[in-house]
Amino acid sequence: MTLFKRTALVLLFLVTAACTSPDRFGAGAGDGSGLGANAAGSVSDPTSPLFFNQTIGDRVLFTVNTSTITPEGKAILEGQAQWLLTNSDYRAVIEGHADERGTREYNLALGQRRANAVREYLVSRGVPNDRLQVTSFGKERPVAVCSAESCYAQNRRAVTVLSFSAMTS
Amino acid sequence: MMKRLLTLLVALMLAGPVLAQGGPLRLTITDGVIEPITFAVPSFEAESPAAQQAASDISRLVVQDLAGTGLFREVPATAFISQVSSFAQPVAFADWRAINAQALIVGAVTVNGDQLVVKFRLYDVFSGQELGRGLQFAGTTAGWRRMGHKVADAVYSRITGEGGFFDSRVVYVSENGPKDNRQKRLAIMDFDGANVQFLTDSSSIVLAPRFSPNGDRVLYTSFESGFPRINLLNVANVGRQQLQTAPGEMAFSPRFSPDGRQVIYSLSNGGNTDIYRTDLATGQHMRLTSAPSIETAPSLSPDGSQIVFESDRSGGQQLYIMSSNGGEARRISFGAGRYGTPVWSPRGDMVAFTKQNAGRFHIGVMRTDGSEERLLTSSFLDEGPTWSPNGRVILFSRETQGAGGTSTMYSVDISGRNLKAVPLQGGASDPSWGPLQP
Repeated sequence: MTLFKRTALVLLFLVTAACTSPDRFGAGAGDGSGLGANAAGSVSDPTSPLFFNQTIGDRVLFTVNTSTITPEGKAILEGQAQWLLTNSDYRAVIEGHADERGTREYNLALGQRRANAVREYLVSRGVPNDRLQVTSFGKERPVAVCSAESCYAQNRRAVTVLSFSAMTS
Repeated sequence: MMKRLLTLLVALMLAGPVLAQGGPLRLTITDGVIEPITFAVPSFEAESPAAQQAASDISRLVVQDLAGTGLFREVPATAFISQVSSFAQPVAFADWRAINAQALIVGAVTVNGDQLVVKFRLYDVFSGQELGRGLQFAGTTAGWRRMGHKVADAVYSRITGEGGFFDSRVVYVSENGPKDNRQKRLAIMDFDGANVQFLTDSSSIVLAPRFSPNGDRVLYTSFESGFPRINLLNVANVGRQQLQTAPGEMAFSPRFSPDGRQVIYSLSNGGNTDIYRTDLATGQHMRLTSAPSIETAPSLSPDGSQIVFESDRSGGQQLYIMSSNGGEARRISFGAGRYGTPVWSPRGDMVAFTKQNAGRFHIGVMRTDGSEERLLTSSFLDEGPTWSPNGRVILFSRETQGAGGTSTMYSVDISGRNLKAVPLQGGASDPSWGPLQP
């Protein structure tokens, strides 16, 4: 991908993000789609955010009240780490989330623990710490809305939301 | 003679324990079953034609406030034998005894331009005495509800011997939209859900506002930057600024100290959440916990000497108390399940909390040593208690189950009685009950 193409892609993201999301990283937290849903790019282009989000997987899931990375999660994070090392122009905010079966403050703290567990894993695979930030939405932004374990399991997650390095925090 | 005796006998039976003791009109609020005090409020006298609407509205609000506590029961106007046409007129006690009204509240309202004056007298019908002295409150016609609440507070106080809570406000989060795209904005309402006023728009998530001790400021958590941060909002001009906390990736769960000069809150760094304190005047920070576990939801005792908070250092969430300077903490919750969101009572003797056990959520209270735990509510999801200024009532949020679930604020007496929803348009959560207004 040429530099021009990538710049155009990022501009497109910025525009769509501004339209759909009042929160700066709200697109990631709001609909769980992050950069990819709005960005141009192809799933078959391994340097595209879409490839990151859909082929590698932008999120890992957690069991109740834990922040331990599961074996499935590790496989996904290996892919994320490789991608971030290859595509060094990208930064990421890791958003931690919890299901609704907890109190508001505790779930914020729990989401932070989960996001941090992902960050530590990526850093252990060589991703520079200064390209990663963590935040938590607690139980505020579920992706699945039923009150059953099938939904809760999807909501207990940490999502790696890509942004371009030019977008400094 | 026979008839009079019979009437007296019936009156004694109906009046219950208060009269049986032969004492003055007095309701002692206990945990036992309470027989409500019966009261009558003839529509307040309008001392000018312009005052008619306000006189009628205010008398109805006094009835609503008192009856709404469950401690008082209205004798409806349809039962009245005599009417009170003038505030100054002597009270025909026999007529009020006959319909078993233990308390009689008469009042008058004057309106002059946009100025409103309400005066009232409270009578102990069975002793034929005035309880306390006549009082008057002055305000604006637009603020008529506050005048009604003040009358009700005075009546409540005189009969129970405790402070009132009607002339108070609640800051909360107003909610709209589905669970996966919920819009949240800060709002203030009167304790009864009237006079809603929005303080922020819904452009970013806001959580858990907390009133300052005198109600002039509000602390809350905002996602404006994408990361949870604590904002400080001035209620009068709605101006807001970010609180300069100790350095951290996330700051949330703030509360004022009882003197309003300090803020205690949670700060997260590297997956670890601890409790900190920041002085608003000097900007100095102090770290109060340093365990690798989650420490959050701190609340100071009314004398400012201790902090109750939740921690999962033992595995699950439990309640702990430590000095307001940090240090050793002692665990106070030992029942089954998990305990969170502790809030110290205004009297200092109790802690309200959220408990999760066996798939249910409860609001409960316990003494500060952890004894006498009592659960007041039970539902799919109850959380976030806040105390009324007099420590008799608790407000909290209740979220219903399923994809269409919504959040509503409820109040409940600390006895567990009188559970009721706060009537509001749309959803509401995270209440913080402010002080009685001056």
